[in-house]
Amino acid sequence: MNKVARGSLLGIEKLEAPEILKILQLARRMNPQRPRPLLRGQRVVLLFYEPSTRTRSSFEIAAKSMGAMTTLVQSSGSSIEKGESLLDTGYTLRAVGADIIVIRHPLAGAPHLMAQHVDIPVVNAGDGMHEHPSQALLDAYTMLRHKKTFKGLHVSIVGDIFHSRVARSACHLLSKFGVKITLCGPPEFVPDVAATLAPGLHLTRHIEDAVRGADVLMLLRVQKERLAGMKLRLEDYIARYQMTTHRLKMAKRDAIVMHPGPIIRGLELTAEVADSAQSVIVDEVRNGVPTRMAILARAVGRG
Amino acid sequence: MARDKFKPESLLIKGGHVIDPASRIDAPMDVLLRDGRAAEIAAPNKIRGSAEEKFDARGLIVAPGFIDLHVHLREPGQSYKETIASGTAAAAAGGFTSVCCMPNTTPVIDSQEWVNWLRQPERGAVVNVFPVAAATHASKGAVLTDFRGLQRAGAVAVTDDGKPILDNDVMRDCLRLSGELNFPVVQHAEDTRSTEGCPMNDGPTSFRLGLRGWKASDEASIVDRDVQIAQQLPNARLHVAHLSTADSLKAVRRGKRSRVRVTCEVTPHHFTLTDEAVGEYDTNCKMNPPLRSAADLESIWVALADGTVDAIATDHAPHASHEKQMEFERAAFGITGLETALGLAITRLHREHKIPLTRIVELFTTGPARVFDLRGRGSLARGNHGDVTIFDPKKRWTFDVTRSRSLSRNSPFDGWQLTGKVVATIVGGKIVYRGE
Repeated sequence: MNKVARGSLLGIEKLEAPEILKILQLARRMNPQRPRPLLRGQRVVLLFYEPSTRTRSSFEIAAKSMGAMTTLVQSSGSSIEKGESLLDTGYTLRAVGADIIVIRHPLAGAPHLMAQHVDIPVVNAGDGMHEHPSQALLDAYTMLRHKKTFKGLHVSIVGDIFHSRVARSACHLLSKFGVKITLCGPPEFVPDVAATLAPGLHLTRHIEDAVRGADVLMLLRVQKERLAGMKLRLEDYIARYQMTTHRLKMAKRDAIVMHPGPIIRGLELTAEVADSAQSVIVDEVRNGVPTRMAILARAVGRG
Repeated sequence: MARDKFKPESLLIKGGHVIDPASRIDAPMDVLLRDGRAAEIAAPNKIRGSAEEKFDARGLIVAPGFIDLHVHLREPGQSYKETIASGTAAAAAGGFTSVCCMPNTTPVIDSQEWVNWLRQPERGAVVNVFPVAAATHASKGAVLTDFRGLQRAGAVAVTDDGKPILDNDVMRDCLRLSGELNFPVVQHAEDTRSTEGCPMNDGPTSFRLGLRGWKASDEASIVDRDVQIAQQLPNARLHVAHLSTADSLKAVRRGKRSRVRVTCEVTPHHFTLTDEAVGEYDTNCKMNPPLRSAADLESIWVALADGTVDAIATDHAPHASHEKQMEFERAAFGITGLETALGLAITRLHREHKIPLTRIVELFTTGPARVFDLRGRGSLARGNHGDVTIFDPKKRWTFDVTRSRSLSRNSPFDGWQLTGKVVATIVGGKIVYRGE
């Protein structure tokens, strides 16, 4: 086992607050309209073991706009289908000349394994239920665009926290800046153990408690098939936790609504909330590009 | 090495401190082995007559040969992980003179033929090998194997280890037969209806890593059920393998108090590490049952000291590197353990938790011998097998996994500094291992 290559981004948990701020500042200097060729001559492999629209396309656009050459390797249509192990795939990509591996994987810890054995920067684009660091960074970027500072902020995250890598990364990031974080959902989605993830986390089962006085409402997608195995019926979930304009009124007047997507209108939020002036869901997607430009520039030491 | 091959008919172990819990000996004594048997134990310099070979045991503990109730030797079928020869060489280096091997091989040891095969001299075993046979055909949990025939062939117990005997009626039948034949049933206690896809213990670490958690109650519920079934059947013999949780210990205590013939073993890793050791997906900390919480560890220390636990067993589970260098959820369960067991027991249990050395020796000798009725072993009483483990309880050393005798390298204890080291392992009066 080797040392993880400099410039890797495996998760938010182990990053220090100044390091996070550095990436966010770098992201602010990135202009997707007039990008600098910071990645000229670099080969970026996008290794995706899971479907993805937002993350994949924004990493690809970020890399290409800075002059990198990108290759997409997906589990179907590659040797992965033939049973090649993760590490052998990594060694193969290294041998064909990859300079950076951006990896999305359904199993937690896969990017860590790759980074421990392959001597080039590895960027985690989402691993199982573990972390999704680029999403947390683009969400922090979006929050700072609207709220200027983390100081005194109250962020509530509503939905299926247990299965969510977005929630885990967000909790780590916001906690490092002293943000007050409320996690809200039924016990199956927000188990008591969730409070141990980071300092400053509060749990509640009541959406009103989560919304009241919040600056940011971060909603998570609820997968119907996950509700199926639970005592909670879909209608009950909607009745108790759906974000409606009525509920949104309990938040601060300038509160913003965030969602990592894909959204399911009529489930975790109403169409009115999704399209309201307070919704920054489309902004988040847009901000994914400069944030990922910063992550890739940092990976090659141009941060 | 050539010297070791010379087979002395008598061996005098002089100047050591003998701990033999079964004979209540904890004193400086000399031990004479003759014709493969324990011939005499006497006060220093009181053994008369000569011996072909002498072993200077000054400053060392001389104990009955250690017995490991739970090892995976991987033969037949998985000799890329371990062979009987390499696994027993590792056992000898760890001070074990007898090992009981699990039947989850390829094929599963569910017939007399395979039990016989394991015991053939061609396997190259360096220490005594006692097969534990499958409790059900192919360990599928449905149809019982021929307990009587397996027992006659030399199996010392039955188990479906790696998997539980889940079905109530099947477990009842197993335990009924165990009572009739005086033949222990070893349970791998895991309610697999709830643990599927759970690679580690349920708790803050599993939540942090985004891994599904295997709950402590999914072990305790099976132990509890088995104790209840055993209670209803005359003489049923239940042995709980690799017990890992506080609530399982409660169930075992309840059983023992109501005179159920229930025994249990604990592994060195379960009394040494908590689930936090998984860190950043260290697959050498992935085993089944998983590493548990600090509260579970504390209960285990108490139970090791107070006699609730009958034996320390390693659950030595070698795997090739490609089976461990994988995504955590895909990696194989299990770690090697034969060569680190004594060092961990002395370092953790004796030095840190003040469990007396006599009790630790009991957990490696008399305790396990009683669990599987290994007659003539576990004690140095006159006439017993000449199986002896000689160790230095004060020696500090560093475990280097690259020098392991096992074919596999999957240990979380690589580089650990331990206190307590095996100096010599003697099987049937013959020195099979000498520490460097």
